[in-house]
Amino acid sequence: MEVGHFILGTLSGDRNADRVVPPTGFTARLTTLTAAAMAFLTVFALALSLATGRLAANWNAELAGTSTIRISAPEGQMAAQSEAVLEVLRTTPGIASARVMSEAEQRKLLEPWFGPDLPFDTLPVPRLIEVLEKGRGPNSAGLKLRLSAEAPGAVLDDHTRWRRPLVDAAMRLRILGAVSILLMVGSTAAMITLAAQSALAANGQVIEVLRLIGARDVYIVRAFVRRFTLRVLFGACVGTTLAMIWVFFMPDAAEEGAFLTGLGFQGWHWILPVLIPPLAAFLAFWATRWAAFYTLLRLS
Amino acid sequence: MFLYDARKGGVRGIRQKAGQSLIKLKNAGFTYGGRDILSEMNLHLQAGSFHFLTGPSGSGKTTFLNLCYQALMPTTGTVQIFEQDVRVMTRDDIAKMRRRIGVVHQNCQFLDHLSVRDNLMLPLVVSGRKDEIEQSSLGDLLSWVGLTDRSNALPPELSGGERQRAALARAVIMSPDLILADEPTGNVDWEMGQRLMALLVELNKMGKTILVATHDLNLIRKVKSELSARTLRISNTKLQLPGANL
Ligand SMILES: Nc1ncnc2c1ncn2[C@@H]1O[C@H](COP(=O)(O)OP(=O)(O)O)[C@@H](O)[C@H]1O
Ligand SMILES: [Mg+2]
Repeated sequence: MEVGHFILGTLSGDRNADRVVPPTGFTARLTTLTAAAMAFLTVFALALSLATGRLAANWNAELAGTSTIRISAPEGQMAAQSEAVLEVLRTTPGIASARVMSEAEQRKLLEPWFGPDLPFDTLPVPRLIEVLEKGRGPNSAGLKLRLSAEAPGAVLDDHTRWRRPLVDAAMRLRILGAVSILLMVGSTAAMITLAAQSALAANGQVIEVLRLIGARDVYIVRAFVRRFTLRVLFGACVGTTLAMIWVFFMPDAAEEGAFLTGLGFQGWHWILPVLIPPLAAFLAFWATRWAAFYTLLRLS
Repeated sequence: MFLYDARKGGVRGIRQKAGQSLIKLKNAGFTYGGRDILSEMNLHLQAGSFHFLTGPSGSGKTTFLNLCYQALMPTTGTVQIFEQDVRVMTRDDIAKMRRRIGVVHQNCQFLDHLSVRDNLMLPLVVSGRKDEIEQSSLGDLLSWVGLTDRSNALPPELSGGERQRAALARAVIMSPDLILADEPTGNVDWEMGQRLMALLVELNKMGKTILVATHDLNLIRKVKSELSARTLRISNTKLQLPGANL
């Protein structure tokens, strides 16, 4: 509250404070440009981070929690082995339920590959048992050992085996996005600090005159803070707007590519990039303030 | 504003009691690079007084004035400004103290991107008292120093004499208790020097305490014929108090 009031006071307040520092065209434009670029990149990092998070969540929810056991056995042993597998599953921790798939279900699964006229009766089609896991699921290796002992024809098809690296990759991509955002925040702060310091150093004589006629440090600091905060706010607004337009017009992931989800923002996530300019201005405010007070002490 | 008040016959902004010391030096000295520039100085600068500070070029006049508004810290002894020891002043204290002291520097510095008018206003602006001055008072001040038609010029466009007068106007706009002037007639011809000194004399008659560093003895004699000014002399790093022959 106090801080917000102070910031508003600095920004709306004395325009004279701004005028006492001579205009600095080149540095000003450079600061605005950098702020715009950083905001632009941050929007993308944010989009990447959110999209990969969504992707990982989708994959996990869709695929995790189920696995299949395939039994290939001579006709006579099929029933016995199915029973044995179900028995094993009943006594395995981490398994909610297991059931033998009906012939109709299996037919439906195979249809896309073999067509509707598959002669199910004459083919040695393996029997499938659908397993619903609970909690963290069963220990795959242990379950496999037990299955091979009890039902030699049973093969555990553990989807998570091939899925896990994808989810891991998505999570890592998400962390990369978050780290990028942090790095951009850090470099923006560093850039503003350097720019503010060089602006103060370049205006050493102005500062000296101001001090001699009785200006307090906070007055001089405000002149610079106001300027840099407004510049960064403006740059960040431009960068964010451009990036959001770009993201908005990015092609949506088509239905068949839903696997890869769109890179855009969804729903309330559109609010997040809108927060970038005010946060950048906040960052600029404190970075400049710190740099200015520090430089004033050092100049004197 | 002081001119405005002067018209009414009163002077505002005299905060000190008569006889009070605005600047006190006790055994103060200043050493630069191992060399004593000033040493063992003792002084009580009385409110309402008019002092000259003389001494050959390089004797330490500018250094002395710098000690009087904390542009330099004494390396030995103590300096008190408005009864406050400069060593315990914070940066904000220094800023507030400087609002009560008008300084005319040897090389007058301005903000070159602001007009003369804005530069004169600057002390009021930075202390948040901008609204206290009326445009008419500012006009009076400009005409008092003869810069009415130069008010929109930028400082680099001014001549040496004009700069000195602008610096004097800026030094008095806050109606300070004390005015320090460092060779105010240094860059100007005799006639302009006379005019500037006349301005300082007028200020002293309004109750301001004045300390003028100069090596121009003719100027000192001229002023002394008009009011009781005293002369401090710096000789061999020491401050010689009034009484020294001129
Ligand atoms: N920044 C400085 N660096 C080195 N010497 C200085 C500095 N300022 C002043 N001095 C020395 O201090 C002495 C007094 O200088 P100054 O106060 O300017 O004398 P004045 O104003 O009487 O001409 C001179 O000898 C000068 O060389
Ligand atoms: Mg000098």
